[in-house]
Amino acid sequence: MQRDLTVVQALNEALDLLLTEDDKILLLGQDIGKNGGVFRVTENLFNKFGDHRVVDTPLSEAGIVGCAIGLALNGLKPIVEIEFFGFIYPALEQILSHLSRLRMRTQGKYEVPLIIRAPYGAGVRAPELHSESIESLFFQSPGVKVVIPSNPYDAKGLLIAASEGHDPVIFLEPMRIYRSMRHPVPQHRYTVPLGKANVIKEGKDISIICWGAMVWNVIKAADQLENTQGISVEIIDLRTLYPFDMDTIKESIRKTQRAVIVHEAPLTGGVGAELAAVIHDRMFGELKSPVKRITGFDVPVPQFSIEDYYLPSSDRIIHEINQMLVSIKR
Amino acid sequence: MEQQRLFQILELDGTLSDNSMVISEKLAVEMYKLLVLNRVFDRKLVNMQRKGQIGTYASFEGQEASQVGSAMALLPQDWMFPTYRDHAAMLTFGYEMVKIIWYWMGRIEGCMPPNNRNILPPYVPIATQIPQAAGAAWASKYKNEGACSIAYFGDGATSEGDFHEGLNMASVFKAPVVFFCQNNGYAISVPFSRQTASETVAQKAIAYNMNCVRVDGNDVFAVYVTTKNALEAARSGKGPTLIEAVTYRYGPHTTADDPSRYRSAEESETWKLRDPLLRLEAYLRKQNVLDQDTQEMIHIEADRLVNDGIQYALNVPKPDPSIMFKHVLSEKPWNIQEQESSFNSFMERYHHQ
Repeated sequence: MQRDLTVVQALNEALDLLLTEDDKILLLGQDIGKNGGVFRVTENLFNKFGDHRVVDTPLSEAGIVGCAIGLALNGLKPIVEIEFFGFIYPALEQILSHLSRLRMRTQGKYEVPLIIRAPYGAGVRAPELHSESIESLFFQSPGVKVVIPSNPYDAKGLLIAASEGHDPVIFLEPMRIYRSMRHPVPQHRYTVPLGKANVIKEGKDISIICWGAMVWNVIKAADQLENTQGISVEIIDLRTLYPFDMDTIKESIRKTQRAVIVHEAPLTGGVGAELAAVIHDRMFGELKSPVKRITGFDVPVPQFSIEDYYLPSSDRIIHEINQMLVSIKR
Repeated sequence: MEQQRLFQILELDGTLSDNSMVISEKLAVEMYKLLVLNRVFDRKLVNMQRKGQIGTYASFEGQEASQVGSAMALLPQDWMFPTYRDHAAMLTFGYEMVKIIWYWMGRIEGCMPPNNRNILPPYVPIATQIPQAAGAAWASKYKNEGACSIAYFGDGATSEGDFHEGLNMASVFKAPVVFFCQNNGYAISVPFSRQTASETVAQKAIAYNMNCVRVDGNDVFAVYVTTKNALEAARSGKGPTLIEAVTYRYGPHTTADDPSRYRSAEESETWKLRDPLLRLEAYLRKQNVLDQDTQEMIHIEADRLVNDGIQYALNVPKPDPSIMFKHVLSEKPWNIQEQESSFNSFMERYHHQ
């Protein structure tokens, strides 16, 4: 059976299912119990599964993640919610020094199958420091996977797939799409595999690689480029940033011979830089033009009154793609 | 305040502070053997560093009673979260000696836990093991397994956020964990008086409504009893305990450190009057348990064990460097596969001719 659900509802359904299936799974976070989470992703789970499975914790990011690592070392499968991604910094030492390397250090004796969920990204008029897009920090930490869904179907399927794996996963939920759409989501259990990108729309002139909320800006831009200028765009929703799906990227670019990367994190040192490098490295001879990155600027995410100018809007995506095409024609 | 009192059983001259106390001869001799073994081990590793056979080494001489006494109180199902100075605790609980030597030779096998014990590899970033120990204990409680965790750390760690976050979490969730602080007076060069304005480490537990004990860390009996009591309390659902074991490291922070820059040689000599090994020796002599011959045999046996460990550690060839690509994730992603295979062909071409 399929119903139209928001991302929040789809995630809630996935967590409900996981808690029901496996008593080794427990949720930890601030305000996730009685309050159901500040975005209501854990709504009703406290009542259904009780305080020992859906655990309201002290306001203590390093404490929560540190404890969750210990829980996972000792055989449980905790799923942590960090209230906002921009507040994860106190837990960075736990993540970068331990979560990401315990398996390697102990040569597989210990694994830490911990999922850290966090609402992420800009565009919802949130207060200062609630809108960070710092996925590249984790992208450069071998030993953790980084997953970002862009729609309700993927949100549920990716979260279930993440919980089936044996690796730590940083699971980032773009706040801007939490309730911006309702899509058909099967009620039953299904997975969307990690490490597999999704070609959302086929096209022949340009491949645009994107993820999270930016997918929707890209879709809008692509429609316009196609309808007004006849430029056919192929859209790749990366879904898993680490390890990313090189095969799908290659296949697409082999066809279009042009690649654009859109992300909301700053340009310099962002995930787009690695994607551009790896595309140039492997497909230089097949490209008609250099890989273009359309991203947030190299500034701290500004206060919300001007955040729309920081984010790559569909207008800016169209503008920059046109600039790129003009410069190529010259 | 109760938490300022220093709990002691064994007086400096080897008498018991409470004559009614009964200590099993077998246990006391076992403790002595372990104290000797660990002192021999530590000195030989310092020597290996001098000879260039291992890298930088963090010596624990002076702290043997704290580590051996606490680790002896554990049950086989318990979890140990040590630091890089807790080899006596690790050895006592069943970590293989050769792996500790490999650890300081910069070899990855040095981090691999034994098969029959949950002993994490040494924690290097300070205090980070504290919330993890709380979490592992929480899991034991959740699964009703009757296992506890013990987290080792020093006085410096008590200034870190992770110490406070870990203690707070453990106390809120009544996790069966023992926080074992070896207050050796210094965090590298910074003395306890600069580390905190608190009079003791133990008193920090009060803020978390947690049990605490301040114990003479050079008194192996007192450490053992204190830890055993704390573990029993944890196992019976009474929550965590913070133990402050007051002790001293005779040597430098590591072999790369020069303590003469921040403390006097006399201070170290004064502490040697409280030496954990000599105290236990005095006790055993008073009890007529240890004669000259037995003592010599114990030392010879310790020497032999450590020499064998060192020989073995030096003789086993280093692993293939491509071991670094293993176990980063449960399955190798394409990027690591590619890097590994290009590394391997580089190695074949240039290093295996």
